[in-house]
Amino acid sequence: MGGMRRPIAIILPLLILIGWEVAAIVINNEFFLPKLESVITVILHPTADVFGSGSLIEHAGFSIERVVLGFIIGAVIAVPLGVGMGRSHRFEEFFDTTIQIFRPIPPIAWLPLSLAWFKIGITSILFIIFIGAFFPILLNTIDAVKGVKRTWIEVAATLGTNERQLLSKVILPGAAPTIWTGLRVGFGIAWMTVVAAEMLPGTSHGLGYMILYSYNFGQIQYIIAGMIVIGIIGIGFDFLFKEIENKRFSWRSLER
Amino acid sequence: MSDKASGGLSEQRIILEIRHLSKTFSTDTGGEVVALSDMDLTAREGEFICILGPSGCGKTTLLRIIGGLEKATSGEVQLEGQVIDGPSPYMAMIFQEYSLYPWRTVIDNVAFGLEVRGIPRNDRYRIARQYLALIGLTGFEESRTYELSGGMRQRVAVARALAIEPRVLLMDEPFGALDAQTRNRMQFELLHIWEKTRKTVIFVTHSVDEAVFLADRIVVLTRRPGRIKEIVEVSETRPRERTAQAFIAIRRHVLDLISEESTPPSKV
Repeated sequence: MGGMRRPIAIILPLLILIGWEVAAIVINNEFFLPKLESVITVILHPTADVFGSGSLIEHAGFSIERVVLGFIIGAVIAVPLGVGMGRSHRFEEFFDTTIQIFRPIPPIAWLPLSLAWFKIGITSILFIIFIGAFFPILLNTIDAVKGVKRTWIEVAATLGTNERQLLSKVILPGAAPTIWTGLRVGFGIAWMTVVAAEMLPGTSHGLGYMILYSYNFGQIQYIIAGMIVIGIIGIGFDFLFKEIENKRFSWRSLER
Repeated sequence: MSDKASGGLSEQRIILEIRHLSKTFSTDTGGEVVALSDMDLTAREGEFICILGPSGCGKTTLLRIIGGLEKATSGEVQLEGQVIDGPSPYMAMIFQEYSLYPWRTVIDNVAFGLEVRGIPRNDRYRIARQYLALIGLTGFEESRTYELSGGMRQRVAVARALAIEPRVLLMDEPFGALDAQTRNRMQFELLHIWEKTRKTVIFVTHSVDEAVFLADRIVVLTRRPGRIKEIVEVSETRPRERTAQAFIAIRRHVLDLISEESTPPSKV
């Protein structure tokens, strides 16, 4: 668990770093495996220009902006749809087949179609981030709403709630923890999607673009630095989601 | 099967009337199960009625129909002359399982029914505090529901139900999940609250002891399909002594009625 990290947990990461450094010294080829310090230098100078493409921090900014926008669009559509599907059997039946057909298509597979429809630019990338975030949010929201205890709903009914109050005071707060889990998972997938999408035709910015661009220059230290930054940002957002979960929705784990 | 009520309570006016009530469930396999069959029952204002029966006799179904959470197949329930067709603002229900909203504080749970009626925060908190005092939980306003013991949670549920000032309190084995000691204490406290508020209470239980301790009248149901087997009057003064002769005699009588129902009927 969090907090106290036991020594055993850091043994393997340390071994990997040592192994990497030893291998880099033995191989002695920066175009195959750069030394640890070359990568660290790149990360420690995030404002330095990367071969005329912009700085590391600018690329990160582009990626984050895209993922946040695409994620918000996905959430704004998936949450209300999921609530509707979780509440109404007919509503669910109406949408379910379509969702089952589209769900297995990986977000990246939408890219050519997205480029054809929306042309090169932010819209086509936002579209596939939206696809990436949409399904986990939707499915978790449906589960969350269906999982609201029947007694909670019946108590509200006997106390005289109308439909709108039932939704805002019982269904949504009761489903919120699981919806939040869906948002966290959806954001994680959206982040993977944005990095992959930035490697495909049609982009000139972003961390995904930066690491592929660095590959074309044979600059492995920029590739690895970019990967590390992608990982750190991913962990950072996940941490943020978990913190909010622990603060706002602790009742879920404490209830029983 | 006749209601031979006499004495003080019979002078009170009838508040709840159940007439020819039947409930049939259709099963997945296309069959039909008769849960309740042709039931008639009246409750007078301020009366404490226990509905007692073997498990599966439809006593919870009966309570849910009274509460408007389920529809009867035939027959009807009237509250002060009004046919029940969905949850009524004049009745509140307390469930066996914990039903508090864990994302709300204790006071916001108690005030829930007032909140949905649009009563301003200060007013509803004032009322909620009165009921928290009644159930002996003053000081727990800001507590979280998961910090409370099972007995305390059910007391908060009682306060939440009372806060909307219902005419009738429907209780579905509310102490069923509690240990024996807590259960006895809760029964005692419930009577105390009932004597203070004088609500009509319909209390479902499968515990003979609980029914004899609490009720003015015990409605004993038959096995499925649930019918009224006998209505037993308990006129002993409260608080009742569980070891008293009269208590034991009534208890034995009710137990006999129940055990007749526990032996499988010759033909289903």
